[in-house]
Amino acid sequence: MVEMTLNGLMVKVEEGTTILEAAAFYGVNIPTLCYLEGLSPYGACRLCVVEIGEPGSAKVATSCTHRVEDGLVVRTHSARVMKARRMLIELYLASCPSSKIIQDMASNHHVTRVRFKQRHEDCILCGLCVRMCAEQMQGKAIGFAWRGSERKVTTPFDKKSDACRLCGGCMYVCPACRSRCQGPQAEQAVCNACLNLPQTDRNYLFFDNAVCEAMEPPGGAPKKMTNRGA
Amino acid sequence: MAPALKRFAAPEEVMKVRQSLEGRLDGNRPRLAICGDTGCTVCGADGLAAAVKEVMERKDPAGRLELKVTGCLGFCEQAPVVLVFPGAYFYRKVKAADAEEIVEKALLQEGPVARLLYTDPSSGKKIACAGEIPFYRHQERVLLDANWHVNPLDIYDYLARGGYAALLKVLGGMSPGEVLGEMKEARLRGRGGAGFYTWLKWELCRTRAGSKKYVICNADEGDPGAFMDRSLLEGNPHAVLEGMLIAGYAIGAVEGIVYLRTEYPTAVAKLDQAVRQARELGFLGEDILGSGFAFDISIVRGAGAFVCGEETALIRAAEGKVGEPRQKPPFPAESGYRGRPTVINNVETFANVPLIVNRGAVAYRAAGTENSGGTKIFCLVGKVNNSGLVEVPFGTPLRKIVFDIGGGIKGGKRFKAVQTGGPSGGCLPEEKLDLRVDFEDLAGAGSIMGSGGMIVMDEDTCVVDVTRYFLNFLKDESCGKCFSCRVGVDRMLEIVGGITEGAGSEEDLALLEELALVVKDTSMCGLGQTAANPVLSTLRYFRSEYLAHVREKRCPAKVCRALFRYRVDEDLCSGCGFCARECSAGAIGEGPDGLYLIDPAVCNRCGVCVEACASDAITKE
Ligand SMILES: Cc1cc2nc3c(=O)[nH]c(=O)nc-3n(C[C@H](O)[C@H](O)[C@H](O)COP(=O)(O)O)c2cc1C
Ligand code: FES
Repeated sequence: MVEMTLNGLMVKVEEGTTILEAAAFYGVNIPTLCYLEGLSPYGACRLCVVEIGEPGSAKVATSCTHRVEDGLVVRTHSARVMKARRMLIELYLASCPSSKIIQDMASNHHVTRVRFKQRHEDCILCGLCVRMCAEQMQGKAIGFAWRGSERKVTTPFDKKSDACRLCGGCMYVCPACRSRCQGPQAEQAVCNACLNLPQTDRNYLFFDNAVCEAMEPPGGAPKKMTNRGA
Repeated sequence: MAPALKRFAAPEEVMKVRQSLEGRLDGNRPRLAICGDTGCTVCGADGLAAAVKEVMERKDPAGRLELKVTGCLGFCEQAPVVLVFPGAYFYRKVKAADAEEIVEKALLQEGPVARLLYTDPSSGKKIACAGEIPFYRHQERVLLDANWHVNPLDIYDYLARGGYAALLKVLGGMSPGEVLGEMKEARLRGRGGAGFYTWLKWELCRTRAGSKKYVICNADEGDPGAFMDRSLLEGNPHAVLEGMLIAGYAIGAVEGIVYLRTEYPTAVAKLDQAVRQARELGFLGEDILGSGFAFDISIVRGAGAFVCGEETALIRAAEGKVGEPRQKPPFPAESGYRGRPTVINNVETFANVPLIVNRGAVAYRAAGTENSGGTKIFCLVGKVNNSGLVEVPFGTPLRKIVFDIGGGIKGGKRFKAVQTGGPSGGCLPEEKLDLRVDFEDLAGAGSIMGSGGMIVMDEDTCVVDVTRYFLNFLKDESCGKCFSCRVGVDRMLEIVGGITEGAGSEEDLALLEELALVVKDTSMCGLGQTAANPVLSTLRYFRSEYLAHVREKRCPAKVCRALFRYRVDEDLCSGCGFCARECSAGAIGEGPDGLYLIDPAVCNRCGVCVEACASDAITKE
């Protein structure tokens, strides 16, 4: 067992676990987009960042990849972390407003505006599909191609792949296409419809996305979400 | 003549051969050193060397004069460059036609060829000896000194000058712990950018369990405008190999890898030759010099990506995978190449190692600061008079580098900023010129040491435009794996680009700063973590320039095309019409009075008309 400080509490954690797992074990919810139990941690979405070390000399690191160590001092929701997370969520919204998971996250973190030019890129390159295909489906049919802003998930040489068995595992784990935001103003960057719900419902709903989907948002029937915003 | 390559089985044999090579150190023997590095080659050093050889065959059949084609001699501004010994006469901008005279004078030892000498711009006097030229005089060339004297293709040249003596010393009676102690005492820090203490890195690796460990030399050098590592590898490759050998001994590794970019074909060829020679002489391989220590080095050629210089990406690339960084920890010293403990150091770091062993740590760190021992090589480029390779002790003020060594700003213009540390370094203004170059001092001022690029900018530079340029580079070079860097840099570029196009607002500046801090905090590797430096440093030191762009829609340096226009001065225009003829956009027409006018709506600000105008009538406003 390893002993560390989590948000000011001394906790004991199994050796070899990540900070993210340890936090979850103690009921601390850290938002993630590229983490899924059963897949190897990848550290791409950066939402799970936490502050490690004493204030003043602390560094920010991703909790999904960082293993627990004796004497580690971790703050999962410090001002610095929250500021970074909110900015990241704003960036996600500016790129991919149609993802319900991201919209929920925005509401949850009170991100109510987007100051960047709106784009509509469905894929956020979290890599869940690539890892799902390789690690759980033994498919290795898809991977990343190109780099930087041209990076994309695709089959080798963009050709139909023999390795793909059309299992759909990739779509099943995709945070962008698994569930679409159905909010009243979804073609705008921020939906925030959930923010208008009574506080009690809201708290409940943030832990269960399925409930949110089933509920009719205030202001009439849900608008149909279009794919490219236009 | 060089002895045939024969494997040394014991240290005594090396000493014997070294003694037989003492003739090479004879300071009175006439010798020519022609720079064979890229800058000089581009300016015709190849033809010059051929011409000199031809003249030597005719005039010096006895072979009294020695010719060496060396690595970079440093003063690239004056390419092609030749040094003549004894005397160390420095000839600049030499042409093949000068070969005859150079060889004659050198043979007769009659002093220098006066017309090829460097003229001191301040006194107007010719300077014969290289060491007296201000560019060299203010430097402390400990590592680069060898570039003047060593033929990189000949291992015996290195041996004659005391090469591999450090290895002999280490194998002959220093324990790995003692080697580490020397590195610690010398305060040697990584020259690749982060300035991590080398001994600490080695110690971490040495104390890891596991029999198989690796030493990797990072020779990726992807910073635009930087060529320190290439100059070392092309000028004195064995020093780097020797450093790697000692590192291997210290941490208990048997395999070394040099990750070298393919864009450096000469360095690849020279290093390859050096490795082969070292292997043939028994400095590499099994049972080195009968000590029982085994170590070999292979070369892996990179495919040219800036991000592959990052250590975790480099290791993945060397393994044959996609060159993408991964989140640290674990650090390479814990889990590196093929999952084994790995020490990865920069070329220059390794080149310092034999020096420390030979001189002793205390003498070595006489140069440098409390925290960082020794010297650092910088690539001084941009709007300075003397661009080239500069080696100075840590702690040297920036002003000395830019003005004393660099000779100040070209064309008598005003200094505006110096960017240290490559594309992700910060821009430092005039008031920071007294800063000492050291890791902590530069970081405190919002810049980085980086690998040692130093770009000087003059008053005609727009810092907003420069920031846009670097962000654009970083956007292209980001691997795209982590969201902060891929999207963050792209969005910073979007905002800065908007400002240069006159579409920025003051809110944009606040957003830019907020975003930059988050990108710095949350990116996975050093690329993203430092990508915000150009933005943050220019916002810190040149905010007024940003404000002029967003408030007044004015570019003070008149660089941003959307924010200035060309105008024909009626008083100066002669009506010749050259400008209209040259204008590819068709933006210039003849006015009613026979003078010419530019339509700003059509003009694309290419500036060709300015060049075409013989009366200097076209100005920016
Ligand atoms: C984007 C990026 C590019 C880098 N490029 C280089 C490089 O070209 N050469 C180099 O030696 N180090 C480079 N580094 C630093 C390496 O990651 C690593 O710190 C260094 O090789 C360690 O060697 P040192 O301790 O001798 O400095 C780079 C780092 C980053 C983040
Ligand atoms: S969950 Fe850790 S970076 Fe995405």
